[in-house]
Amino acid sequence: MNRTMDLFLTFAKIGLFTFGGGYAMIPLIEDNCVTRKQWISHDEMMNITVISESTPGPIAINCATYIGYKQKGIGGAVAATIGMALPSFCIIFLISLFLDRFLEIRWIANAFRGIKLAVGILILDAAIRMIRKMPKKPLAVTITACSFAAMLLISIFSVRVTSITLMLTAGLIGLTVYLISGRKEGDAG
Amino acid sequence: MNLLNLLIGFLKVGLFAFGGGYAAVPLIRDVVMSYGWLDPDMLTNMIAVSESTPGPIMINLATYVGSTQGNIIGALIATLAVILPSFIIILIIVKLEKKLLKNRYIQAALSGVKPCVIGIIGATGAYMILQHIFTAFPGGTVDATAAAVTAALAMIYFGSRKVTKRGIPPILLIGTAALAGVLVYGVQ
Repeated sequence: MNRTMDLFLTFAKIGLFTFGGGYAMIPLIEDNCVTRKQWISHDEMMNITVISESTPGPIAINCATYIGYKQKGIGGAVAATIGMALPSFCIIFLISLFLDRFLEIRWIANAFRGIKLAVGILILDAAIRMIRKMPKKPLAVTITACSFAAMLLISIFSVRVTSITLMLTAGLIGLTVYLISGRKEGDAG
Repeated sequence: MNLLNLLIGFLKVGLFAFGGGYAAVPLIRDVVMSYGWLDPDMLTNMIAVSESTPGPIMINLATYVGSTQGNIIGALIATLAVILPSFIIILIIVKLEKKLLKNRYIQAALSGVKPCVIGIIGATGAYMILQHIFTAFPGGTVDATAAAVTAALAMIYFGSRKVTKRGIPPILLIGTAALAGVLVYGVQ
């Protein structure tokens, strides 16, 4: 099989069979791309995970683009990335055509009233997991606490400040602290 | 015009969603609310649907919002927009062999951004919970039923980790919550 086609199909399969997104996808990508296809080494896979943590966007897309490019240049990157996104796109597009009518059915609407209560728990849990993994440096902990408080107040009082503004401010604080502390320590992270 | 807004809105989401998965939720909330594309309840419904269907949550949400605003063209634009920043950034990083990420100034800025993202995600989760257990928030009274169901779900979800190592997966929590919704609010 043509390598570009293989990239497309492999990532389409990964996109179709992983639920939950994010880190849930890493084991499946590793199984397919490291163990079976041997497109990249285990070390490279670790590298991609680290890169994904420091770059924006869906982690699965980061992996697909990286592996696709390493295998087949730009064409491979495009094939793998589109393969990754296509199953999601088709499924959600179909759902979007029916969801409104679906929610008019009483018991389904009631089921969603329950589901709504679970979503906040899941999101809070995602944050708790990230806090556990985070290196507990004073600066990092302070920024987390302050941005938590700021974002909560912004949401409650509908202040017109977006989360992007908060993130840019935090980035600037990180940079300022690094410059003031004299760059001696070498490692800023 | 709406298509252009979809493009700009989801480029912003793709460019600032560090950490993957739920990290995009606060950003998508900001964008979706500021343009008035979905009401908060519908967005919450879609987060649950995204969690229960395969694929990255960010892409699922982009496709859905795009589809409601501009049908298939809207869905395509929003989905491509959310992917594009990551795609380009990864290509740049592969080309520069990670030198860019090792740059100390970028590392210093990221050392501020990463903990901030965690705070933002936590606040979004906390706010959504508060919003659902009060009849109106801020200002309303506690909706006892919603509060009780939320507490029970949290106990099941976090408590299950004491029983098995990983606890129950998110999709099972959503299933349990759906069942609770039907039982509590009725079939009719």
